[in-house]
Amino acid sequence: MSEQINGGLGVRRLHARFGRQEVLRGIDLDVAAGETLVLFGTSGAGKTVLLRAIAGLEPAATGEIHVAGRDVSVLGPEARDIGMAFQNFALYPHMTARENIASPLRARHYDATEIERRVTAMASLLRIGHVLGQPPRALSNGQKQRTALARALVAEPKLLLLDDPLRNVDAKLRYEMRLELPRLLRRAGAATIYVTQDYREAMALGDRIAVLREGRIAQIGPPETIYDAPCDVAVARLFGDPPLNLLPCRVQPEGGRLRVEAAGLRLLLDARVAAGAECLLGLRPEAMALTREATEGASAAQVVAITPLHERFVLLLRTADGVEIVASTTGQPPAAGSQVWVGAMVAGALLFEADSGRIIARRAAPEVCAA
Amino acid sequence: MERHDGWFRALRAMALTLVLLFFLFPIFWILLMSFQNNEQILRLPPSLVFRPSLGNYIALISGKLQTSAGVLDITFLHNLWNSVLLSTCSVALSLLLGVPAAYAFARFRFRLGEDIAFTLLSFRFAPPLLVLLPLSLYFQDLGLSNTYFGLIWVYQLICLPLILWIVRGYFEDASPDVEYAYRIDGHSWWRAFTRIAIPLAGPGIAAAALLSFIFAWNNFVFALILASADKQPVTVGALAFVTASGIQYGQIAAAIVLSILPTLALALYAQRWLVEGLSLGAVKG
Repeated sequence: MSEQINGGLGVRRLHARFGRQEVLRGIDLDVAAGETLVLFGTSGAGKTVLLRAIAGLEPAATGEIHVAGRDVSVLGPEARDIGMAFQNFALYPHMTARENIASPLRARHYDATEIERRVTAMASLLRIGHVLGQPPRALSNGQKQRTALARALVAEPKLLLLDDPLRNVDAKLRYEMRLELPRLLRRAGAATIYVTQDYREAMALGDRIAVLREGRIAQIGPPETIYDAPCDVAVARLFGDPPLNLLPCRVQPEGGRLRVEAAGLRLLLDARVAAGAECLLGLRPEAMALTREATEGASAAQVVAITPLHERFVLLLRTADGVEIVASTTGQPPAAGSQVWVGAMVAGALLFEADSGRIIARRAAPEVCAA
Repeated sequence: MERHDGWFRALRAMALTLVLLFFLFPIFWILLMSFQNNEQILRLPPSLVFRPSLGNYIALISGKLQTSAGVLDITFLHNLWNSVLLSTCSVALSLLLGVPAAYAFARFRFRLGEDIAFTLLSFRFAPPLLVLLPLSLYFQDLGLSNTYFGLIWVYQLICLPLILWIVRGYFEDASPDVEYAYRIDGHSWWRAFTRIAIPLAGPGIAAAALLSFIFAWNNFVFALILASADKQPVTVGALAFVTASGIQYGQIAAAIVLSILPTLALALYAQRWLVEGLSLGAVKG
């Protein structure tokens, strides 16, 4: 990670402590102007505290925060040039939607015609032009959320903080906004931090994803990297629905490669590890190969249950020795109770150290784990 | 689930009438008394039929009390003015001190915070007579006895805890995120306090101000001990109607009616603030 502070956001050595509890344990983070970084983690990982610390709302936080090359660490939230959307919208109930959106412009002392022009433009962009005269209580949740977004965007801040803005809107709208948001954010051109607990949202919206765990960044990288090369078992389990299969396995070096055996599955991986080491084989449901006839390296299994999930079917399989494996398939699934052969695609296989949970690097895989 | 059949509505109307009769009857009776003289009031059995006269009100307003022993000067209107002045200034001072304090207690955790808040509340359950004796001595030393300022200061014992604790609850109910959002927009702390926090707690502040106004208005014992005639409010001034020649029930009734009016007017005016749920729709419903 470079020490150079770019035009966007730079965070250095950020700590926060509530009493005995250390909530942030040294966060270093860079977000370039125009980039969207998704902050991902389970609840309690410190996402919201990190966001509030960057906004200047967390007096317990120490460390350096730079916005557009300016050290804002000691400034109040009003002087940091940021826009923020809250999970609960946090609209001003005694003002109309128009006044809500105009608030950042008034604070920056724009004149009335300019305020009107910008509010109208932003409202039509977010398709809430027809409700500008309404107070927040007269708006639907979707309109409230758009009003909150408009307020965050309207003054063109250098930094946008979006705290799980889609958490409280219905599924249809969430899907709509997931498509719309990247365009809006690109247009805004600000460095953006987007907090979510939904891995699909994270993958759809993030140029990069930072996985936060126990107050530290466990892994940071493009969505594909996080998904295909998670730095450890915990990160691997956070991404994917249903989560990946984790099978205890035996490993044996074989001609420069590694023979891996788990639950009757056998495959050859390009990885190096001491013979007899305790390992876990991670297989995503979509990396399972189902066949009706016996194939090399596959294990016989019975289909226990079938669940449709979006355009796929999720199958629960049980092998002869009682190990349960989840597989997903897009084609016509085999009938429940039928006998199949389940194998694994080598390209999708992940190998972890059993005790530490860390991934065992394959080939010239890049260093994926943050220090 | 509300049922709208005729029986239910009839019963509800009856119940409401009974409740209203029960609570409003004393006030109604006093209103009637205020238009009668002592003989009419004291006849047995009491009767609703009488020839109303404005004599009591005229006596109060002119300041001349006709009794069988002669004409007495009374200062009722001045007392009424004192009540208005004392209650208004006390509530205003309490709001000035109490609203920012309530905000601090609601939003910030600081050392001894809860202890200070509770100490302020405990002023409400200290018996006034217990503090009055040392207080009157100190007031004489400080030259505060029989001054408006001294009385307003003592009235803080009544108003401040009430305002502090009611308004604190309202501040705590409002999501701090709304104020944070306003600050992030670029507004200063002070503007977030005055433009967001105070309007959102508006109904609570109005309710607390009204309640403490009523408590201050009805206070008797502080003013009795710490003020002499020219600074006394109506509650103490009413003692003047207990004259050597008897108790002037008619004038007392008229005085009560006149002294209820300002509080009643205030309550009616503040009502719309009390019922207006401003924080509706602030955050996720």
